[in-house]
Amino acid sequence: MNLNQNYFELFGLPIEFRVDTDLLNDRYLELQKEVHPDNFAAGTDQEKRLSMQWATFINTANVTLKSPLARAIYLLELHGLQLKNNPELPPDFLMQQIELREQLESIEDADANLEKLDDFKREVRSVMSRIETSFALAIGEDLAMAERSVYEMQFISKLLVSADHLEEKLLDY
Amino acid sequence: MALLQITEPGQSIDPHLRKRAAGIDLGTTNSLIACVRAGIAQTLPDADGSHMLPSVVRYTEDGIIVGQQALNKASLDPLNTIVSVKRLMGRGIKDVMTLGDQLPYEFVGIDEGMPRIKTRSGDVSPVEVSAEIIKSVVCRANDTLAGDLDGVVITVPAYFDDAQRQATKDAAQVAGVNVLRLLNEPTAASIAYGLDTGHEGVIAVYDLGGGTFDISILRLRQGVFEVLATGGNSALGGDDFDEIIAQWLVQESGYSGKLNPRQFRGLLMQARVIKEDLSATDTIDIDVSHGDIQFQGSLTREAFNELIRPLVAASVKACRRTVRDSGVDLNDIDCVVLVGGSTRVPLVAEKVGEYFGIEPLSNIDPDRVVAIGAAIQANILVGNKADDEMLLLDVLPLSLGLETMGGLSEKIIARNTVIPTTRAQEFTTYKDGQTAMLIHVVQGERELVSDCRSLARFELKGIPPMVAGAAKIEVLFNVDADGLLSVSARETSTGVKASIEVKPSYGLSDDEITTMLKASFEYASTDASQRSLIEARVDAGRVIEALSNALAEDGLALLPADDIRLLNDAIAQLTGLIDSTDHKAITHGIEMLGRASEDFAALRMDAAVHKALAGRQIEEVDNEI
Repeated sequence: MNLNQNYFELFGLPIEFRVDTDLLNDRYLELQKEVHPDNFAAGTDQEKRLSMQWATFINTANVTLKSPLARAIYLLELHGLQLKNNPELPPDFLMQQIELREQLESIEDADANLEKLDDFKREVRSVMSRIETSFALAIGEDLAMAERSVYEMQFISKLLVSADHLEEKLLDY
Repeated sequence: MALLQITEPGQSIDPHLRKRAAGIDLGTTNSLIACVRAGIAQTLPDADGSHMLPSVVRYTEDGIIVGQQALNKASLDPLNTIVSVKRLMGRGIKDVMTLGDQLPYEFVGIDEGMPRIKTRSGDVSPVEVSAEIIKSVVCRANDTLAGDLDGVVITVPAYFDDAQRQATKDAAQVAGVNVLRLLNEPTAASIAYGLDTGHEGVIAVYDLGGGTFDISILRLRQGVFEVLATGGNSALGGDDFDEIIAQWLVQESGYSGKLNPRQFRGLLMQARVIKEDLSATDTIDIDVSHGDIQFQGSLTREAFNELIRPLVAASVKACRRTVRDSGVDLNDIDCVVLVGGSTRVPLVAEKVGEYFGIEPLSNIDPDRVVAIGAAIQANILVGNKADDEMLLLDVLPLSLGLETMGGLSEKIIARNTVIPTTRAQEFTTYKDGQTAMLIHVVQGERELVSDCRSLARFELKGIPPMVAGAAKIEVLFNVDADGLLSVSARETSTGVKASIEVKPSYGLSDDEITTMLKASFEYASTDASQRSLIEARVDAGRVIEALSNALAEDGLALLPADDIRLLNDAIAQLTGLIDSTDHKAITHGIEMLGRASEDFAALRMDAAVHKALAGRQIEEVDNEI
């Protein structure tokens, strides 16, 4: 048991893209219950330091495995792949991106309405879910394909962030 | 009553070993202290039977007065009587000025760092003022429990940023108390409710105190409190209701001149009474007479509701945002808890119930519920409740960012990240032979650094000289379980540790704390070295006890007999030192014992992790068969 352990092994989960998030959450809480610094408030300095390190490590592991994008990037890393800064993407994907961006802008410009935004987000999420499926199939089989899926996921997730920003604006936060 | 108590080895709590722990609600308007006694958490009253200590400190020629007596003189002596000091905690002079142009104090002009308030007994910092309040309630607990407290849990608004949390911890240090944990106020309230009623589900805690508003969404499941999201406004509270009434009084009186501090404070106190009365009655007669400000009339609850409606609406808006942040559906929230005296205002309860669609809970006194929860947590943390199942996970209330080119903030740790957490960020040099670098850490959600709170400037020194871009400096940002930030750095290609000089933007430097500690000891006429000796002995006792307990629990299972003997020898050695009058020797002994027990501590932690996973290995084997 050490702090350089594979996150999947830490939680006793199979090393694959599909993760049972309820199980992940249960095991995360079980682990935190044992190591959290609150258990060592009256302990020695060594115990306090170690529990801080463990609790931090377990939090990082949980955050990484909980988010599909972070999990995918982590799986690539486990396969020895580092992401590039300026990846090349297929033209049809880029076209789709431009269209989705324009769609979002038109929602903002014209009849800024929440229902349309909800529809838009639903559409983008279904695109995301398709990419996730292709990543799940590719990882372990076709690393180049898996890597490309991650770049696409990054694009889509940025688009979702922009959509959230617009929603905040419309809700007047 | 049990005639025979059976306890597991290592879990028994001898009444003589029972630790004294307390929870402190360090409030803007009032402060409380609570303890668990005979299994029940209760707030402690003062000699006059009053549980709430007004958070007011008055500086006089004859000494410092805290509480009701100080409050009574607030309007007569406004410049030397500090009220609502919590609003000033961890704030820079510019922030303080935006809190309202009618703060009655004279601030000593410092461009950077913490503002100090001018009083007749010298300039005092908000940290020192808070320390007086802490000392006062701790004194009450020491008297009630017939002995010094071993540790306290202090509550802070969930929305408090790093500087405000650090200032609170500093105040406790200046007051000479051992802080087990800083606890978010709404979380404390949930602890009080959760353990008392065994609730499970998603709850919202709406906490409208004197000066701060917090909304927290928590999930309680399997005895685990998980903070899903926190939000609020650290400059909205019942004080603002008072101020609105005071302004209304001035307006109705037709007075248009400038208010002097005494008039202003007098009006505020009258406004508070009007507000409290209107919680119970529909209309109230008013008779104001403060020099030129004369007004006779009445105020109805309806008219009062109209005055405060925008403030209540602002709080509900913050609720909406936080619910969204938490990722739960509004319908999933099955319980709303009201905290803070200001929730007694009927319009508040009405609007909160309306938004969440459920009747809010307030069956524990909203003024005391936070202190009660803090006491329960303190009792557990100090070790009185062995093998407790409760786990409390907190989140970072505001994003941490770094200043980048063009005065923009680059977020490094997002708000609502579960803490403790860490983030490594790599930097490089932009000039040949560059050996130092300045890093500016800010906290807040806005894009511009100037719109965020400046936390600290770190100067990285001792970078090995290389060509521009060749040095890779990894800076580690650690946020601990209290939400406090620390930073360390190293050059990754050579492994050279870069030293860091911290310049907290608003906090106190260690030197300042030492000076304050000295000053407070002089005031208490205690010899500082005597104090160090007592502290070293207490620390040694704590370390010996912690290690002995650990050995009794896990020693045989984890260590060969030789190692156990070595550790027991080391314990005996430190035990021998405790009676020495040389505090440095004791401190050195503590360090030696710490080093000797390092491997054992690591083994225990591993065993704990294994234990957490033990149950499910069987289940997996089953699945495979």
